[in-house]
Formats: sequence, C-alpha cells, structure tokens
Amino acid sequence: MKHSTSAWRLKAIRLLLFAVSVIFILAGWHRGEIRTVLIKATRICLECIGIG
Amino acid sequence: MASRKIIQWLAALGCNAYVPGFLKGRIYRGSFKSVCVPGLNCYSCPGAVASCPLGALQAVIGASRYSISYYAIGLMVGFGLLFGRMVCGFLCPFGLVQELLRKIPFFRAKPSARGAGFALFAKRARLVKYVLLLVFVLALPLLTKGELGVGAPAFCKYICPAGTITAGGPLLAANPPMREALGWLFALKTLIALATVLGCVAVYRFFCKFLCPLGAFYGLFNKIALYQIRIDHEKCSHCGTCAQVCQMGVDPSLGCGSAECVRCKDCVKACPASALSAGFRDESHCKNSPLTKTP
Ligand code: SF4
Ligand code: SF4
Repeated sequence: MKHSTSAWRLKAIRLLLFAVSVIFILAGWHRGEIRTVLIKATRICLECIGIG
Repeated sequence: MASRKIIQWLAALGCNAYVPGFLKGRIYRGSFKSVCVPGLNCYSCPGAVASCPLGALQAVIGASRYSISYYAIGLMVGFGLLFGRMVCGFLCPFGLVQELLRKIPFFRAKPSARGAGFALFAKRARLVKYVLLLVFVLALPLLTKGELGVGAPAFCKYICPAGTITAGGPLLAANPPMREALGWLFALKTLIALATVLGCVAVYRFFCKFLCPLGAFYGLFNKIALYQIRIDHEKCSHCGTCAQVCQMGVDPSLGCGSAECVRCKDCVKACPASALSAGFRDESHCKNSPLTKTP
C-alpha cells in the first residue's frame, strides 16, 4: 500500500513538472525569449571571457 | 573504453563541433544557438554549436524586457526531470574536463587520507553552489539593471571558469586586439579559473561539488528524475564498498536520491552483491521507489 502511494505520488510530481517544463518553454517562446538567447549567443560574450 | 566515457566524449565533441571557430578564432552564429544543451558549455567557446542553459538564463533575466526566463527554466526543468545529475556524469563537457584534470598525478591524496575535519568542511562547502545559483545566476542579473534596464550575467562575468578557459583562452589567443582590452576583471576570472584547475587536480570534480549552479539545480531533481540508481535492500549486505568507491562522497546504500550523486555508476560496478542498478525505469513496478524511505 505504502509503495503504491509512493509510486503514485512520484508519477504525479513528474507529470506536474513535465507540464511546467512544456508550459514554460512555450511561454518563453511566446514572449520572444528565444530571440534574446540567440542574439546573446551569436555575439562574443565579453563577460564570459572576462573583458566586459 | 567504458560506455560512460564514450558518451561523455560524444557529448563534449557534439556540443563543440564548430571546428572553423577554433581555427579562425570566431564563434558559431547559426540559429541552433537558440537551443540550450543540458550541460555547462559556454556559448562563446569557438566550437559551441548551442547555448549554455546558465548563460541563456542570465541573458534573459538581465535583458531590459524581462525579469525571468521561462524558456531557460523550462528547459532546465525538462532536463532535470529526465536525467537529474546524470547530466553532470554523462553529458556535461566541463564534467569531462574535470575528470581529465583529475588524471594529472599531482596532489592526489585519497579522500580517506584527508580526515574528518576536511569531510565536514567539504560537506558545508557544497552549499556554496546553491548560493551561487541564487545570488549570481538568479538575483544579480536582475538587481544590477541600470538606467538602460540591462543587468550583468553575474555568474558568467565574475566566476565561470568554463567561460574563461574554453571561450577566453582560444578567442584571446586568436584575436590580438581583444587582448588590449584586458583588465582587472580578466585577472579575477583567471585567478578563479586557475584555482578551479588546481582544485580539480586535487579533488574529484571540484567544480561540480562546490561551485556549479547548474549541478545544484539538477541535484534538486535526483530523487524524482526518470534516470535512477536504485538499491535492492534485500540483496545489500551493508559491506560499505559502494560508499568507498564513490568519489562524490555519497553512500548509495542509504538511498540513491542524494543531490550530490552524478550517476557515474562506479558504485553499481563495484557492488559485490549486485544490489545496485541504474537506468530509466517505470517506478510503478519498483518497490524501491526513490521517494520510499530506506529501512
Ligand atoms: S556495495 Fe552493494 S552490498 Fe555493499 S553496501 Fe553498497 S549496495 Fe550494499
Ligand atoms: S559512485 Fe554511485 S553514488 Fe557515487 S556518484 Fe557515482 S553513481 Fe552516484
């Protein structure tokens, strides 16, 4: 009984986090975040190399 | 070669497959860079074909239009849910770099030779990576926004040794004009990178253990990730071999959900009773669910 409750709880947590992951990615895409990432990643990041 | 090593090399080479970048001292500018890889891999490394999740997260938080990155957090939650810290053990290029550094035969004291004081210090020092995640990755890019509304990617700017070594090293070597712009920030980052390299020679995965905010984040998923190390308590004879071989300081016989476990499987191979196993499995058929307390 305890094991099946635990397995059910684990499944529920996983399902919830899967939904959060998908919804967040779609929300980020909708808000234009992907373009911000692309712009940052395709120019040399001066902070990363220790200049800016 | 062990299968984990092969996967580590394939992941590191796949994430950094833009060879002309190394030859010409420039970075890849294709649209694939809008995608994040699971591991720490600086997007300004000349070979990088995709983005680092920590860099993407800070870039969006620090941008004038935003204060949170749903995209980067959503991807990181997805990777965490699938793999947990298996990302660190199998997919992170900087994890592989650290394992290679550890092969340098220098300062190689065994963890057992370091004493209880060191173990206690190491246990506390592991919390530093959570502080770095909260302060440098999540808070400072937001709090340092100036008049233009742009905040600094504080972890990349002040700390990240992967950026200094894998991006700064090759780009500065190939671009002399860039070297003229170097100042105190580069000196600080170089010091941190040198300390990290020495730390990794002396201590297995020094950066993963103490400093990596991405490892800290994925560690939160170790109990619930689809990829699990699990123990059959009926087979376990409590011989202690697994805890002895674990270089991350974990005792898997007490349960396999530790946030420090990078899923390297050294314990699985060493267990004389075959009580440990690893893989993606459906919990509903397993009586040793990671959420079940150890007896
Ligand atoms: S090595 Fe195997 S038998 Fe020994 S304590 Fe670890 S899990 Fe149990
Ligand atoms: S030896 Fe086992 S417990 Fe230790 S990090 Fe590797 S998989 Fe995890």
